[in-house]
Amino acid sequence: MASELSDASPSPWRVRALKILVAGGFGAGKTTLVGAVSEIRPLRTEEQLSELGRPVDDTTGVEAKRTTTVAMDFGRIDLRPDLALYLFGTPGQDRFWFLWDELAQGSLGAVVLADTRRLADCFPSVDFFEQRGIPFLVAVNCFEGTEVYAPDDVRAALDLDPLVPVLLCDARRREDGKALLIRLVEHAAGLGPRTPAAVRP
Amino acid sequence: MSTEDAAPDGPLEDDAPAEAEAPAPVDDFAPKPPVETVWFDDEAGPVVRLFSMTRGRTRPADEGLFDLISLITVAEPDPERGPVPDLDPEHHSILSLCRSEPLSVAELGSYTDLPVSVVRVLLGDLHEAALISVTRPVPLSGLPDERLLRDVINGLRAL
Repeated sequence: MASELSDASPSPWRVRALKILVAGGFGAGKTTLVGAVSEIRPLRTEEQLSELGRPVDDTTGVEAKRTTTVAMDFGRIDLRPDLALYLFGTPGQDRFWFLWDELAQGSLGAVVLADTRRLADCFPSVDFFEQRGIPFLVAVNCFEGTEVYAPDDVRAALDLDPLVPVLLCDARRREDGKALLIRLVEHAAGLGPRTPAAVRP
Repeated sequence: MSTEDAAPDGPLEDDAPAEAEAPAPVDDFAPKPPVETVWFDDEAGPVVRLFSMTRGRTRPADEGLFDLISLITVAEPDPERGPVPDLDPEHHSILSLCRSEPLSVAELGSYTDLPVSVVRVLLGDLHEAALISVTRPVPLSGLPDERLLRDVINGLRAL
């Protein structure tokens, strides 16, 4: 239905694919969450350094090394024989922003994992999805031994729009992961047309 | 500015380091200067440079076609088309992987253990030779398809 075949030839498969991103700071539990709800697979890509932030990549002494490897995780959830949901853990380092753009294109939405011990780590992710009008929610990963904060405190600390859901979770638990994804899709369904905020300079 | 930066031609701020390889107006028969930096292990890169597999290409012909979740299926052979071009072993492994079920570009990258960027170039070859068909992901740029989203929610609940 909504799928677009590049060829006129009829395909016996009418599988549709959707993607959800899992973002957050380093060590916030992205890989854990993807692994809890799907069979996780490693994925790498080789990108030309010219596309990366040159000032960040110090290539002194390795001038001939033109590409760099970016690793990420992904998992596939078969919702129905003809409907697959892919989860992508976004690469952690800021210098891979250009990959985020590609990942985010056409995505259903994003789960931003927050670790209350390092809440600032998820600011860039929140900014990224806010600016592009991509539906997202914030999931506070309740690590053992950490103080549990009320979702409203986290919302205030992150200065989130009141409509953005904030949930507490244990990223290791499959049921929690499922609940996060369901809440995210519900949120995306209620958003109506995507109207990205004006891109700030 | 260190003294070794003082090359006679061209601004060195140019952000293409390969310029260094382009021979400056130098006598072709002059002995090559010794390599200054020696790389070991991972620093030296893979034994076979990845993009040698793609004959140096880093981008497929049609860039927008191969999203990470574009689904690839082996196409029925078209008898009217000419002979199939020479394919590399990597092309064949991609074809055999997506023969039984459609696989995403991401999955093909993971199963073949090749970087996605390389897989995209190889897929471009296969698509050009009409050996695969590509299903692009559901476009979500406009109003989200409510029924589709409800299907997703129901599917997640049933997991």
